[in-house]
Amino acid sequence: MTSNGRIGAAQPATPLLEVSNLTVSYQREPVLRAVSFSCPPGAVVGIIGPNGAGKSTLIKAVLGLVPRESGEVRVGGLPVDRARDRIAYVPQREDVDWDFPVTALDVVLMGRYRQVGLFRRPGPRDRALALELLERVGLEGFAQARIGQLSGGQQQRVFVARALAQEADLFFLDEPFVGVDAATERIILELMAQLRRAGRTIVMVNHDLGVVQDHCDLVLLLNGAVVAFGPPGEVFRPDLLRRTYGGRLVAFEQGGSRVVVGP
Amino acid sequence: MDGLLQAAASLPGPLGLDFMQRAYLAGLVAGVAAPVIGTFLVLRRLSLLADGLGHAAFAGVAGALLLGANPVLGALAAAVLGSLGIERLRSAGRAPGDAAVAIYASLGLGAGLVLARLAGAGNIDLFGYLFGSLVTVRPGDAALLAAMGALVVAGVAAFYKELLALVVDEETALASGLPVAWLNRGLAVLAAVTVVVAMRVVGVLLVAALMVLPVTAALQVARGLGRTLLYAAAFSTASVLAGLTLAYYLDVPAGAMIVVTCAAAWALVSAAAGRRAS
Repeated sequence: MTSNGRIGAAQPATPLLEVSNLTVSYQREPVLRAVSFSCPPGAVVGIIGPNGAGKSTLIKAVLGLVPRESGEVRVGGLPVDRARDRIAYVPQREDVDWDFPVTALDVVLMGRYRQVGLFRRPGPRDRALALELLERVGLEGFAQARIGQLSGGQQQRVFVARALAQEADLFFLDEPFVGVDAATERIILELMAQLRRAGRTIVMVNHDLGVVQDHCDLVLLLNGAVVAFGPPGEVFRPDLLRRTYGGRLVAFEQGGSRVVVGP
Repeated sequence: MDGLLQAAASLPGPLGLDFMQRAYLAGLVAGVAAPVIGTFLVLRRLSLLADGLGHAAFAGVAGALLLGANPVLGALAAAVLGSLGIERLRSAGRAPGDAAVAIYASLGLGAGLVLARLAGAGNIDLFGYLFGSLVTVRPGDAALLAAMGALVVAGVAAFYKELLALVVDEETALASGLPVAWLNRGLAVLAAVTVVVAMRVVGVLLVAALMVLPVTAALQVARGLGRTLLYAAAFSTASVLAGLTLAYYLDVPAGAMIVVTCAAAWALVSAAAGRRAS
């Protein structure tokens, strides 16, 4: 089940996300070199590559969380800083302090803070939406649970619900399936499919080639620079994967059979 | 007001003494403000910021003594400058958060001692500022301290949800467009104001205890952030009032006694929380 040709002809003039020539360095050492790609509305985009390829850095640089050395990021034609109300971000689980004294409902409500505005508290409608979203991620009954007492998968679902509460058009998920159970993975993949049908775009970092192959419309192969960008059927080629992963072995499905790529 | 003061003067024990009334008032203000800001510092893993700002405030006190200015205002100026300096070093990534605090802490204490000696301050005066004293709250200070305490509580109330988002997950807060840099600066400045409020009764070297101990106690029993703030303020005011009273009767430094009562409250809560959990 690949997803070739789901987009294409109907591609609108303005991409939802447009990254051009993005370069990022840590202490003068380039981590990302001249990365360019663009995503249409209503697509699931997977970013894959080996450890240290700069996958998380790419998402953080796109969001402006790490400084860009050069390059430009536009969301709906606007610089990313002026389009933050259209963006939601689910960080890697290990980037978050789970000992925090907040309930699951508190966390989901945080997704409403920007819409609510300064000096105001979330109202009954925000609460109703947050409770509804907890239900959508299968956590009804956990609204008042302290976040640290939930399982890894449940925590991830709370953070996905928070992102949904932002009612964004463009979602960034950094390794959403690391350390989560199968049920959580299924729920998040189903939500991603629903968002995509509603014209939203999801950009996710993932290291599981199988998930990317089955669920993404576009795949970015990254190894410090863009190796290839396109539908899975076009980029899941032995030569491109070898260039992405260097000497390491990777396995993926092609035409119903398992293909292993090595040095 | 006069009637009230006369009635107060007829109260038994330390409550009838006007310097103790000022100490209790200052203690109550500090008892509420310190854990409110302390909660955010503890959760941001910046507990030592309180310590660093206390030291910076000490330099301000000594500078004010040298210039003949109001020590509270001197402390406030130095602590606010210190808080912005630490935040700048930290957020620019030029020094890790703890190193930035250590730089300002040692500079504050060193510069403070130099300035205090130049001002001709005696050991007794310095001891009071460093470890807290029942008599450092001067008659004119009460209103100023109350105003500063009100500023801290109002600041946290006004930006409560933004501060919550900031401490839970700074990157997501930044990604969603919250003014993270300003929130960090605001929190640092409120921490500086709090340190100066608490300095009068607990002394600059022990300020951190009032901002950290009640919070760690509250974190063991509270579920949400609101409850954490409430419990921390309750533990802290109770410890301050008990500590001031004991300091009066035992004739020991007020700040030192308050730290001991804070630690006792923390131990009691920990034991109770441990029993409940098992």
